[in-house]
Formats: sequence, C-alpha cells, structure tokens
Amino acid sequence: MKSLQELEQIRQETLQRINLRREDKGSEVRVVVGMATCGIAAGARNVMMAFMTEASKRKLNHVTISQTGCVGTCRFEPMADVFVPGQEKVTYVNLDEKKAARIVSEHIVNGNPVREFTITSQGLDAEKGDAK
Amino acid sequence: MPEIALHLLDLVQNSIRAGAKTVRIVIDLSAQLLLTLTLMDDGCGMDEEMAALAHSPFGTSRTTRKVGLGIPLTRESALATGGSFSLTSEPGIGTTVTASFDTRHIDCPPLGKLEDTLVSLILANPDQPEFEISLSSKDANEVLDTRQIKQTLGTVPITTPDVALWLTACLRDMTENTLGGITS
Repeated sequence: MKSLQELEQIRQETLQRINLRREDKGSEVRVVVGMATCGIAAGARNVMMAFMTEASKRKLNHVTISQTGCVGTCRFEPMADVFVPGQEKVTYVNLDEKKAARIVSEHIVNGNPVREFTITSQGLDAEKGDAK
Repeated sequence: MPEIALHLLDLVQNSIRAGAKTVRIVIDLSAQLLLTLTLMDDGCGMDEEMAALAHSPFGTSRTTRKVGLGIPLTRESALATGGSFSLTSEPGIGTTVTASFDTRHIDCPPLGKLEDTLVSLILANPDQPEFEISLSSKDANEVLDTRQIKQTLGTVPITTPDVALWLTACLRDMTENTLGGITS
C-alpha cells in the first residue's frame, strides 16, 4: 500500500492552496452519473472514471462527481447530469470515456454544453415524458 | 456483467440505498482457485420474506418498477461457475452477501478493474458509507479503511483531485499485490 506519509504531503500541499478553493465556493459544478444495474452494465463505471480522471488531471477542485440510481430510461445509459450553478441542468446520454472527457473540457471548463450528446439533441425529448 | 468487479459495484449500491454507515468488502483468493467475495453492511437490513424475494429478478423494494436485477445477476454468475451464493440479512442489523467463483471454470468472469470499482464507490460517496476493504491471497493481504484516510486528511476532502489520484494508485497497487494475475 502506498504510504500515508504521501497522503500527509498531499494534505499539506492542498491546504496551502486553500484560499484558491475558497474562491470556488458557490461555483461548484456537479456531475451525477447513473449507477444502477442498467448503467453499470452499459459502462457507467468507465464513464465515471473518465470524469474523475479528467477532473483530477485538470485540478478542477470545484467539480464534484457523484452517483445516482436508475431513472427509468435504461436504454440511454450510461447517462450523466451536469449541474452548473445558475444554468439549467444538462442531461447527457449514451456516454463513453471519450464523450466524458469532451464534456469536461468543453462544458465544465469552457462553459459550452456539448449539444450533440444531450438527451434533447438525440431526438429523445418526447420520450422524457414517459420516463419514470 | 462482464466483470466480477462490476457485480460488486452493483451490490454496493444496495448497501448505500439501505443507509449503511460502514461497508466491508472482502475479496479472498487464499483458496487458490476459488475467489470469494463478501460484502457486509450495517444498513437497514431485510426481513426473511424480503431477503428471499431479493433473489428473484421480480423482487425489489423500490416502487418505480417491478424488477431488481443486481442480486439475481450476481447469483447466476457465481452459480454458473459451480460456485455458491448466500445472502443473510437482519432488519436493523444489516446484510451480508457472499459469492464465490470457481476461477477455473470457463464461465467465470474476470475480476476486472477492481480498483475502478472501489475508487468510484469511495469518491462518489465521500461522506457515507465508510469502506473497509480487505484483499487477500495465499501470500499477501492488503487492507484499506476510508476512516483512516479521512483521519489523515483532516479538513481536506477525500475528493480533492490529488487525493483521488493517490487513492487510485493505492488501490491499483493493493489489487496487484494480492489478486494480480487474475484480473483479466
């Protein structure tokens, strides 16, 4: 196992940057990945890992990645919702690692949602109504 | 599910929904050709009737739809290798699920990316539950407790990017040291 000393070092380095993080408060971006049986079977874990690695590599301290259950539209899995404060939620469908990486760079970093991956652009808007 | 690690990821979702404060995951390969996966939680538990129903694809506690596939899929997967599956639960105490896989069997799925399963579970649930992970083979044993990590970190959140990268590397090392060679 990697040593806890390494972890202690990371802790100290992080605390030195704490002022930086305080500025980020209130601008927290949330990514929620569907992680029920359907999502997992469709590849949600790889998608979640891609969001995590991409956010870690870019040192995006204001991004939290969490998981949710099945929303009933299993045929669109892997899915993820991106919540940017002050903006409408964006639901992405049929994701994979590459798409997740693009969402991080284009939507989360640059502020432009990737329209072509969203549930609406895939002509699925009408179906949202019958989803439970 | 193409990997045993994905079954684990799926089963832990049940523990989280059951409100578990601590989730213990034990993967044991000390019996050489038998991989035993044990998942113990202190969630709300199930009464006898619900526990029996949980084995069926048509048994679920949720009200949105009538199927629940996590447990039946894992059970089928373990039994297909000639292994075993058991579930014991007590209301108010918690649930224990054990699945063993005969790794020689042609139908035995690979263990898969266990480190990815564990990292995504820990980082996506930073507050609760705590995870106690134990991986062992005949010659090696590795443990990780998220409480210990959080204690070391103090006020720094476990989801901090640098911590996340450290944790990923740590779990990868642990898996390789103990279960290496059967991951794919």
